[in-house]
Amino acid sequence: MMLATEHLIIAPILIPLIAGALMLLYDDRQRKAKLAISVGAAVALLFVSVELLNRSKGTPLSGGNEISFYLLGNWAVPFGIILVLDRLSALMLVLASLLAIPTLIYAGAAWHRQGQHFQSLFQFLLMGLNGAFLTGDLFNLFVFFEVLLAASYGLLLHGSGQLRVRAGLHYIAVNLAASLFFLVGVSLIYGVTGTLSMAHLSQMVVNIAPSERPLFHAGAAIMGIAFLVKAGLWPMSFWLPTTYMASAAPVAAMFAIMTKVGVYVILRLSMLLFGPDAGASAGFGAQVLIWGGMATMVYGFLGVLAAQGLGRMAAHLVLISSGTILAVTGLALSGGGPAMLSGALYYMISSTIATAALFLLLEPMSREEGGIAALLALTSDAYGLDPEDEEEEEVGLAIPGTMTVLGLSFGACLLVLGGLPPLSGFIGKVAMLSGMFGNGALPPGLAWTFLAVLMLSGFATIIGLVRIGIQTFWASDSSPPKVLAMEFAPVLLLVAMIALLTVRGNDALRYMDATARALHQPLIYSDGVFATRRVTNGEDAQ
Amino acid sequence: MELVLSAAIGVLSGSGIWLILRPRTFQVITGLCLLSYAVNIFIFAMGRLTVGKPPIMPKGGFVNTANYADPLPQALVLTAIVISFATTALFLVVMIASKGLTGTDHVDGSEPTK
Repeated sequence: MMLATEHLIIAPILIPLIAGALMLLYDDRQRKAKLAISVGAAVALLFVSVELLNRSKGTPLSGGNEISFYLLGNWAVPFGIILVLDRLSALMLVLASLLAIPTLIYAGAAWHRQGQHFQSLFQFLLMGLNGAFLTGDLFNLFVFFEVLLAASYGLLLHGSGQLRVRAGLHYIAVNLAASLFFLVGVSLIYGVTGTLSMAHLSQMVVNIAPSERPLFHAGAAIMGIAFLVKAGLWPMSFWLPTTYMASAAPVAAMFAIMTKVGVYVILRLSMLLFGPDAGASAGFGAQVLIWGGMATMVYGFLGVLAAQGLGRMAAHLVLISSGTILAVTGLALSGGGPAMLSGALYYMISSTIATAALFLLLEPMSREEGGIAALLALTSDAYGLDPEDEEEEEVGLAIPGTMTVLGLSFGACLLVLGGLPPLSGFIGKVAMLSGMFGNGALPPGLAWTFLAVLMLSGFATIIGLVRIGIQTFWASDSSPPKVLAMEFAPVLLLVAMIALLTVRGNDALRYMDATARALHQPLIYSDGVFATRRVTNGEDAQ
Repeated sequence: MELVLSAAIGVLSGSGIWLILRPRTFQVITGLCLLSYAVNIFIFAMGRLTVGKPPIMPKGGFVNTANYADPLPQALVLTAIVISFATTALFLVVMIASKGLTGTDHVDGSEPTK
């Protein structure tokens, strides 16, 4: 079965593609069948990603940084398009599939009835995400970005309504403009270097002629704008809160990882192209990332303090999370050391899961307040009552002790996002800060500024979330809302993931540490890619 | 030729940016179209400007690359055209939905109060 394991790398792209296409053939009323296919595909995706993650850990012999490749169309490097699997991309694949399963189950309770083709669009979003994580080629990255964006346009508009259409209009306009930036940047880089392969670029960057280097930097910066818009860096993040607020709850939960795609690409490209070995280009863009990231954190925590509702608050929490990682990426570029980056990766995983859980909690929590969310939920029930859906009632099993369970999960999210012990948010922040001060290569002023902003943002998160928590759980005298088990199981699943991440913190941090160290050595990546050989006919026969 | 091409890119992107910043959805979508034309020509120019040279090389033997145009930017432009065409069509649908729901073609869904 050598063939099967070799081809496993492309499975994270093919599984959602096939599942999504298959579901297009089903009538939209066969929701149970669609839900089963969709969740099944997501579970298969999880198994494949975990297998790939195990593979990327490699054996102790290879230094624990096994990098696998898949030559699409079997063209030799660097002419063809390749898929590259290393520790970071395997990690992101696992994160995407871990978020997808609870989100799909949640959507299965009510939301998927609100419009057409929800499940297919969701699978195409996953395909775009996985492709963006796996690709080793800039133009292919553009294509997968467009796949995931096109799916996200559809998902954002899921459920329709004036609010969503207006937010969607802005979101699409911003992203279309950003995609054009991406194209300009990619073509500038191609014009200077003549290649689009990331590994090839990372080898060539030292040898670019001094007269050409400014053009290369301009290309990288213009391309960076496209990713920073997705990641929500401060001056380019005004579209984000409104969009996330307007989207349906399960969509918003999945969008929590969409900002991380931007962060992932920034992290990957800046470490590959502008790492310490990059000669005259070393550290390019680090200052923008550091100060922009911190400005994003400040903007995020001001937004959290100012927000009146949980939706807007959660959207600003997304900003804090991505701002933190962008700032750390910048610090790592200017010599912050791998230990800090590994803490940031750990923080990224836990905060992404926690914001997703918060977005899923949002709608059940505000249901009793009788706000827009409750109205939406009512209309969704009205929409969904097709004659065929007689058996919906038995699915609609309400959970007992609603407020207690809701409150406890909310508390868990609060602890993670605020960075309080004992949960994983605290571990991540401690790992980040101890890595930063333990390394000592950064100017103390910068390090202390980062510490202050990080602590302040955690503090603001606690204030904001506690305020909402008091309003919802203590100061309300209305009868507890009816929350379906199917809506609640996903939240518990996400909270369980956070708990697991905390309990197995040591193992997780060890993995992140090796990931961060591999990111600091772009040679592992580029040499690995160039060592890949085409499959010849003789080998193909096995 | 360089002058004509760069002028074309400049005029297209300049008018595109101006239109994107306008308040009406139709202006925005026209601006995005013009901008994507500018970007497509720009990608094309990044393969260096050549006249009368084919991008497809014969199979086998020695090939003098100086006699051929760079095929890659042409392939990239093709992909970019398809993708921007599709997303613009999608944007058009959202635009019409917005007009139907709000009754105005202002990008914010409501006329600014004077």
